[in-house]
Amino acid sequence: MRRFADLYAALDATTKTSLKLAALARYFASAPHEDAAWAVHFLSGWRLTRLVGYRKLAGWAMQQAALSEWLFGECYDSVGDLAETIALVLPPPARQHERGLAETVRERLLPLRGLDDDAARALIVESWDELDEHQRFVFNKLLTGALRVGVSQRLVTRALSLASGVPVDAIAHRLMCAFEPSAAAYRALIDADTEDADQSRPYPFFLASPLEGDPAEQLGERALWQAEWKWDGIRAQLIRRAGATYIWSRGEELVTERFPELDEMARSLSDGSVLDGEIVVWRDDLGGVQPFSEMQRRIGRKKLGKKLLAEVPVALVAYDLLERPRSRGGARGDDLRDVPQRERREALEAVVVAAAHPRLRLSPLVEAPDWPGLAAQRERAEDRGVEGLMLKRLDASYGVGRKRGGWWKWKVAPYTIDAVLTYAQRGSGRRARLYTDYTFGVWRDGELVTIAKAYSGLSDDEIRQVDRFVRDNTLERFGPVRQVKAELVFELAFDSMQRSKRHKSGVAVRFPRIARWRHDKPAAEADSLETIEAMLARREQRAQADADEVGA
Amino acid sequence: MLLVSTELGLYCEAGGFYVDPHGAVERAIITHAHADHARRGSARYLTAAAGEALLRARLGGGVIETLRYGERRRVGDVDVSLHPAGHVLGSSQARLEHRGEVWVVTGDFKRQADPTCAPFEPLAAHTLVIESTFGLPIFRWPAAERAVGEISAWWRACAEAGQTAVLYAYALGKAQRLLASLPRDLGPIYTHGAVERLCAVYRGQLPEHTLPPTQVAVGLARDAKTDGALVIAPPSAHGSPWLRRFGAISTGFASGWMRVRGMRRRRAIDRGFVISDHADWPALLDTVQQSGTERVVVTHGYVEVLARWLREQGREALVARTAFVGEVEEPEGADEADDGAE
Repeated sequence: MRRFADLYAALDATTKTSLKLAALARYFASAPHEDAAWAVHFLSGWRLTRLVGYRKLAGWAMQQAALSEWLFGECYDSVGDLAETIALVLPPPARQHERGLAETVRERLLPLRGLDDDAARALIVESWDELDEHQRFVFNKLLTGALRVGVSQRLVTRALSLASGVPVDAIAHRLMCAFEPSAAAYRALIDADTEDADQSRPYPFFLASPLEGDPAEQLGERALWQAEWKWDGIRAQLIRRAGATYIWSRGEELVTERFPELDEMARSLSDGSVLDGEIVVWRDDLGGVQPFSEMQRRIGRKKLGKKLLAEVPVALVAYDLLERPRSRGGARGDDLRDVPQRERREALEAVVVAAAHPRLRLSPLVEAPDWPGLAAQRERAEDRGVEGLMLKRLDASYGVGRKRGGWWKWKVAPYTIDAVLTYAQRGSGRRARLYTDYTFGVWRDGELVTIAKAYSGLSDDEIRQVDRFVRDNTLERFGPVRQVKAELVFELAFDSMQRSKRHKSGVAVRFPRIARWRHDKPAAEADSLETIEAMLARREQRAQADADEVGA
Repeated sequence: MLLVSTELGLYCEAGGFYVDPHGAVERAIITHAHADHARRGSARYLTAAAGEALLRARLGGGVIETLRYGERRRVGDVDVSLHPAGHVLGSSQARLEHRGEVWVVTGDFKRQADPTCAPFEPLAAHTLVIESTFGLPIFRWPAAERAVGEISAWWRACAEAGQTAVLYAYALGKAQRLLASLPRDLGPIYTHGAVERLCAVYRGQLPEHTLPPTQVAVGLARDAKTDGALVIAPPSAHGSPWLRRFGAISTGFASGWMRVRGMRRRRAIDRGFVISDHADWPALLDTVQQSGTERVVVTHGYVEVLARWLREQGREALVARTAFVGEVEEPEGADEADDGAE
């Protein structure tokens, strides 16, 4: 546990990628394989789900530290993190007993699942008693299921490569499989023999970078680029090899069973086909692609009933071909990732045409002779139910991760409204002592109705000013939340909005963020719900007009 | 009440003086020279002899009278004596006795040893006015040697990586305590002008060689080679152009606040070292206990928390409001007011 806690401290102590990489590589090179396996597991964002409730854990810590509830609450308010608060208030350890990370998980964490409260408490207290403060912190983090340490999967991959000598791509490839935290799995991960047989394995996804500003300046000639719609669905890789189908989401999860209609569709593909695309809800009778909220009706479900499958059927909108069937056949095809975009597109078109299946659609190219023409198309993106444009360099290969330059996402300018700050709550982590999480309202009949919550977009200096305002203008406190005087106005930006019965305002906005502080606007002049409803109505009218056009 | 809380701070009517007033008054007893305790403009000051030079360096004007630690003087109707608080050089607790009733104002204090000042002297009191900068159970200091060891290891690692180690510390007190505690064979030490000015005062008061030799960084050429060196600067230097002269740097901050991860990360500093010149939670409780006091008045910091806790233990505990309006809850203790620009 000490070695892993030291790694955590080293990662936490720096924002420099090079230092994080070195610390990770040192860890992987020196840790026992079973510990390293668990470290990969946790650093990849996996968590041990709900071993013990927060309230129980806090209660036991209070008992151990002999603190009353309010005093523990004051501590928590200042620290902003339960795992850390507990580590800081517990009395010093009674003894030292070193166990590895794997042993800690096996003997101290996983058994908690089967224990009643008394036994769970005894086991946790015993663990606390043998760990020093910074080990306790990491232990508590694992216990509460949230080990966030600012390390990307990509960085873990590079560190593993550095420590083992195995190429980065091979590690990335292997990590996309369901990884079991065991010594054997770790050895397989860093196995020097990279000719992996596992046919289910997808390729690492290539991710687009956001384009800001003028494409003419940033990307050069229009003719060098291919443009497509940016679909609002689930990014997926569909693999057809040796008569079997595997669908992977970008979250590196195998989701084949959740999309039976795509599993069926894949039978029309030849072995050795790997497609990259977006899974969307598609209804020909309703004009094609449907809003993402429709998809949400089925993604959470374990069992998909007939009714749901009929109401929200999906299609794969394919936009890249990563593996092409060989003409002489074979379980696997040819890896096309190093082939230029232009040629991959041609190969993709051929594969889609050959499959001739209604659940497999080709992502159409958006035609416009120049950048202004494309910009005009992009303005209409929302009407089409897409998020904007994707720009792909015609001579680019299919990269790994968010390698800049090849793919850009050029999203539509978001909606903006002016809203009033109504409630504030303290942040967590590095903003633990500042009021950084805000709730905003817009006017309806002289009252402010909550329209969105947002906590990004302000500078550190502005955050401090707002924090000061909150402290000086609190009307009422509800636990950690403060209601403040209606005075500050902020321009909020969001990507889209929909009618919602679950929201008091009747409107749900997606990805709200603070665009700027409207010092110039008094609260009374902030937007009203009417304005927002008018925006919504306009949008719906346009969508209807398009549907009529399609129907005609 | 021998002392009452006023707009200008704690006032003693029987003695006709304030303790650490927030503004200009006729007569002020000053516990130590930090800016939030020693304000300019008063007509007469009374402070510990060991702290006179520092106070003079800070105030610029006014009549400064001094008392040796433990020496008694009658001020108005009150017997006043000053006793070591262990906070910084010349810091004191004010002991006030009036018709057999004893009040002790701790001022800022710590119970850890410090090579640059006299150790805290436990005093008995009927009423104890105590600071609470770190009045939460999460604040429990490791031994100072641990922080010094961590700083040394970090300095060595910076030297190996070809970096200059920039250590932020309050210019009055913490900087000198660290200088006196750090090993002397690791490399050259540079100081920010604000730190060096106060080091000069310390050198005049302390035995020779208590502080190691230091060089002021102000004269350094832009391309001077300082890798392997340690630079001690006030926290306000963080992110300023002043740092450019040092090339590749790693930054550290020595403060009790560094015990909390969020406060460390919010400053975007590479390393935090937990070492404080204030009492931690256990030391606050011990000090109350040892004073045998009947009544506690809590000032500066987590006043409500400490007062409520003491009341739960069956003590009478009051809260002395500081001069500020609204809620004062800045994480950076008021010591930071000491950060001078160069």
